[in-house]
Amino acid sequence: MRELALHVLDIVQNSVEAQASRVEIAVEEDVAAGFLKITIADDGRGMDEEMVRKVQDPFVTTRRTRRVGMGLPLLASAARQTGGTVTVESAPGRGTVVTATFGLHHLDRAPLGDMAATVAVILAGNPGLALRYRHRRGDSEFVFDTREIERQAGPVPWGDPQAAAWTRKTVAEALRALEPLGHGPGNAGPVKTGGGT
Amino acid sequence: MKSLEELEKIRKQAQEALKVREGQKPVRIVVAMGTCGIAAGAREVMTTILEELAARSLSDVSVTQTGCMGLCEQEPLVTVEKPGQPAVTYGNINAERARRIVAQHLVNDAVVGEWVVATKR
Ligand SMILES: Nc1ncnc2c1ncn2[C@@H]1O[C@H](COP(=O)(O)OP(=O)(O)OP(=O)(O)O)[C@@H](O)[C@H]1O
Ligand SMILES: [Mg+2]
Repeated sequence: MRELALHVLDIVQNSVEAQASRVEIAVEEDVAAGFLKITIADDGRGMDEEMVRKVQDPFVTTRRTRRVGMGLPLLASAARQTGGTVTVESAPGRGTVVTATFGLHHLDRAPLGDMAATVAVILAGNPGLALRYRHRRGDSEFVFDTREIERQAGPVPWGDPQAAAWTRKTVAEALRALEPLGHGPGNAGPVKTGGGT
Repeated sequence: MKSLEELEKIRKQAQEALKVREGQKPVRIVVAMGTCGIAAGAREVMTTILEELAARSLSDVSVTQTGCMGLCEQEPLVTVEKPGQPAVTYGNINAERARRIVAQHLVNDAVVGEWVVATKR
């Protein structure tokens, strides 16, 4: 995938297909430690132990339209090529947590990409989903939480095209307000932040 | 917070649109969002369709997602379902083509024949 944000969209799609009603996305950019960590947690149907063990193998899928599942294997190889890892924790009826770490300064790391578009598309396509997106960069952080927004503003028609535009704009502005990524210790050059596409 | 006030307006507009189309079956646009679709550009396609609907104030259309449809080589796939008409699936759609589908199929009721990969009653 050209952007890490596209992997996020894809992994959340797994949560949706597993009947999740709540999804939490957390992105953490730690310049000092030199890693970028993405966590996607859901309250969907979960997987048994054997499935969790096999799920990073592309020949494992429960979809019937084709015999290979590509989402998790693609994420795993994207993480590994930057010196990172992917872990999957899950249990039947207990939901799933997918954690991917990437070498923040690694040349083979795809840019973070357009997280605002990813969040807007998830919500527009799944208007009943409770979504929380937390993004931390160094000491700055923001949280976009649909339940919190609805607590303050009342019910939101998330599937409405105008609402999708609002989501995209709001998340993009919050991302721009985070402190710039700056230089990592021992990092040869400027680090490209993932901005829009 | 100003952005929360904007939501209030969006909700009111959506409620009014709902009243107008009361009892009518909505037009549905379905974007395939399996890994194959996402890798091929389905997010941009869906973003463009939403923008186009917002710009044209077409509020009687619902945009939804589905997983892999088994036509991975022809992703991104977009299906238009109008009540009383066969569902039309378009393949190899990009942002520009998505805009044309909205203008031609949704607004003017003319199927864009050249990109159709499947139709279903
Ligand atoms: N969050 C989740 N909850 C429950 N099951 C999951 C979850 N994520 C993945 N799985 C299971 O793991 C399988 C493999 O997932 P993966 O994303 O690799 O491929 P896929 O979703 O089947 O197909 P593709 O992603 O290529 O469209 C899924 O078919 C599903 O059975
Ligand atoms: Mg998948």
